[in-house]
Amino acid sequence: MTSPAAAAARRVPWTLVVFLVAFTIPWFGSRYETFLATQIAISALFAVSLNLLLGTTGLVSFGHVAYFGIGSYVCGILMKTYGLPFAIALPAAAFGASLGALVFGFFCVRLTRIYFAMLTLAFSQIVWAICFKWNDVTGGDQGLPDVPYPDLGWMSSVPLLDELRVSDHFYLLTLVLVMLSLAAMQRIIASPFGRMLTTIRENPERAASIGLDVRGYELAAFVVAGGFAGIAGALFGIFNRGVFADYVYWPKSAEVMIMTILGGIDHFWGPVVGAATLVLLNQEITSYTEYWPLVLGAILLVLLFAFPGGIAGGLAAGFAWLRRKRAERAGA
Amino acid sequence: MADASFLFGQFLGGLTTAMFLFLIASGLSLVFGVMRVLNFAHGSFYMIGAYLAWQVVQWLAPILHGFWLAALAAALGVALLGGLIERLLLRHIYGREEIYQLLLTYALVLILGDAAKALWGTHQLSVSRPPMLAGGIEAFGAILPAYNLFIMLIGAAIAVAGWLVLTRSPSGRMVRAAALDREMLGALGANVGALYTGMFVVSSFLAGLSGALVTPIQSIVPGMDVEIIVEAFIVVVIGGLGSFWGTFWGSVIYGQVLSFGILILPGFSLFSVFALMAVILIVRPWGLFGRPLR
Repeated sequence: MTSPAAAAARRVPWTLVVFLVAFTIPWFGSRYETFLATQIAISALFAVSLNLLLGTTGLVSFGHVAYFGIGSYVCGILMKTYGLPFAIALPAAAFGASLGALVFGFFCVRLTRIYFAMLTLAFSQIVWAICFKWNDVTGGDQGLPDVPYPDLGWMSSVPLLDELRVSDHFYLLTLVLVMLSLAAMQRIIASPFGRMLTTIRENPERAASIGLDVRGYELAAFVVAGGFAGIAGALFGIFNRGVFADYVYWPKSAEVMIMTILGGIDHFWGPVVGAATLVLLNQEITSYTEYWPLVLGAILLVLLFAFPGGIAGGLAAGFAWLRRKRAERAGA
Repeated sequence: MADASFLFGQFLGGLTTAMFLFLIASGLSLVFGVMRVLNFAHGSFYMIGAYLAWQVVQWLAPILHGFWLAALAAALGVALLGGLIERLLLRHIYGREEIYQLLLTYALVLILGDAAKALWGTHQLSVSRPPMLAGGIEAFGAILPAYNLFIMLIGAAIAVAGWLVLTRSPSGRMVRAAALDREMLGALGANVGALYTGMFVVSSFLAGLSGALVTPIQSIVPGMDVEIIVEAFIVVVIGGLGSFWGTFWGSVIYGQVLSFGILILPGFSLFSVFALMAVILIVRPWGLFGRPLR
């Protein structure tokens, strides 16, 4: 029934195309566009890591920002205070965030539904309180300004890359790291482990009754999601040239949740679409009005009542409708 | 060294915080207990109450120091707002997953927070203490401002009134029945929809009232909504989601932990209450006085 053109279109590796296009932004785009692209890439990683809990496992974590925050603080402190290279600070950030997720998650996964959400929120607030008050280490309410860029001097000696700015080099690094992280998460979801998580989301009681260690799987998902959130946090701290307690404050958890749901939790790329949409909308709207939260709230209301499946869900429904129409016409 | 009167002062300070938080958290707890909706916008209602009270005080200023009138007007205004929100928005999501309720009420946080900024600006506003409560009372060597004593009395009065209404009145019986089994209550012919609206109006009234009453002791600033809501959540969670007395004792424990936590871990008192919440959730997820969710 499908036309040869449509079949050919499906064979194009769209993911790769998007990444290749994203890669050329520093050459063809303005400095501002590269800035936006970096922000989108980092937000996308954060949102997809949350969706590993939300969409894949069905865990409503309202404190995912804790692991993002741990990642940015670990990376920022190691690089700024101790002068360690990024190649050590980044894995340390991912490790620190997963460790935090392991400790907190151990308690969280024993609760369900609203209690799970509340406990994740409580732990994220504990992390926030520590970051906000532990002046000697985290800089307290002043934060840690002037986190250095990773040493990417070698890029200047590579042809084609040499004419780019330091922020462009960082963008390329971010893009590669985000790409690798997303690929890893996609593999995880497609693996038997990921399918177990989906089974748990569909029906935890049944999963338990067939002998699945539900809590163990949930905890593993929590740790993995925390680790990737930590990578996003580490990149975000460098991108913003500083780490601040605001990164760990609970409204940030709500923000990433909005990105994830706006894009659609039922599709792997949904949160990426949501992150890009929200970052671009934010830039666009704040140039007209300072009341961005008002607009965001309104978007959220429309989303909740009109498109519960998010943008990806809405698009999928739209395509299904088109296909049905075409099939009807072909049949008639 | 800490002497007895100092500790007593600390205790009174904690009790003031506690009764004040109870005013806010009781409404949150009521709505969760009956409607199973965790209302993030409760803190925004509190903030709107504070701004409304300030506004009415300004309007009345040429005539009289109208603090009490302003507090009442603010509470009623927020109650009206709450009723509208329940009818127009919340009503449609009762049956859906928690995450949609969290997000809907969070959307309200964003919208109300920005609306307050648009209407009242971003600078600090303040309301002076009503003249009749300007002084202080000395007890066991500690000085207690009269206004704080008034807050304690109001908190205690709301606790007793709430308990009497919930246990002794027909509408209280309906509320408790709705918390246990909504369908059954509806099947018996009760108007559950109206009951829910009423609950939400009462809850918003309490939030608006506490917002208005805080204005003489705290300045009104944007951001007071997100700060208070987490505190109110902690109180409700410690006491047990939806348990009225639990919320009362949760407030008392919160106030004292905050007040004495400062002495033990200076600078980390916030940490101590979050840690308390985490420990209680781990040991008894449904809180000290709550029941497990079915």
